[in-house]
Amino acid sequence: MAFKNSIAWYYFSSPKSFYPLAGRLIPWFWGLSIILLVVGLYMSFFVAPTDYKQGESYRIMFIHVPAAWMSMLIYLVMAGYAIIGMAWKVRMAEMMASALAPTGAMFTFLALWTGAFWGKPTWGTYWVWDARLTSELILLFLYIGYISLQSAIDDPRRAARASALLAIVGVINLPVIYWSVTWWNTLHQGASVSPTMEPKMASVMLTAMMTMTFAFWMYTIAVVLMRVRRIVLERESQTTWVRALVGERVENSPAGEKQ
Amino acid sequence: MSEFFAMGGRGFYVWMSYGITALFMVVEVIALMRSKKTVLKRLARMVRVETRGHS
Repeated sequence: MAFKNSIAWYYFSSPKSFYPLAGRLIPWFWGLSIILLVVGLYMSFFVAPTDYKQGESYRIMFIHVPAAWMSMLIYLVMAGYAIIGMAWKVRMAEMMASALAPTGAMFTFLALWTGAFWGKPTWGTYWVWDARLTSELILLFLYIGYISLQSAIDDPRRAARASALLAIVGVINLPVIYWSVTWWNTLHQGASVSPTMEPKMASVMLTAMMTMTFAFWMYTIAVVLMRVRRIVLERESQTTWVRALVGERVENSPAGEKQ
Repeated sequence: MSEFFAMGGRGFYVWMSYGITALFMVVEVIALMRSKKTVLKRLARMVRVETRGHS
């Protein structure tokens, strides 16, 4: 079994076999994501009760917390792929790392944005230089730095190596974000949900929040697989299999350009 | 219905959060589909030019 698995890993680490596999998986992740989004949104607005302290504005939590979690999780996975790409020169891992970055940056921005619009009615301000907010902003800069570094270097292998280094160093920021609410006692509230203690919120709210988290998660996988397929086409454009794939498309469309 | 959108007077904050989040997620998908089309078009042109060159 272990032998079989290692063969599968090896097989799908080649862009040629990963490309069609990703293509087959994408619709499934879209399906899951849409179902979870519909259920999650319904629970967030119609099942979860009004908060006795914050009123209706607390409903921002159902996208704020999942977006913030995704921003950190995506960075961790991105750095993981960057390490694999750098240590074993796996091209597919390099491409996965760069495919994750834009979606990670988007969720980081959304965590900050929804946080601002939750902070205004709750704290009376859109922004403070609180430890949690500041370290999340640094995460956004790390993503932006990673993306710009990659687009600044023409050679894809050198770009992957340089940006991987940045991604790996930036991992230091993740525990800072996670424990910032414990280490510094500033404005952002402490964790309501953590692996080590009972959640401090009603279970309906928790279920709605977890459903939205899984919806964002499935969305991320679908979008990242779409993006990595585009990156594979670009980076492997000189190979015979990409040529053959594109050639078939040209032949199948009489107008050529239309496809 | 309007009571739902008012969100107990916090409608502005709630809908600015949900609206922008939805917008970003939708725009990301549309941008991806368009950029893939552009890449495929470019590659197809390359292949066509090359095959013409050989014949």
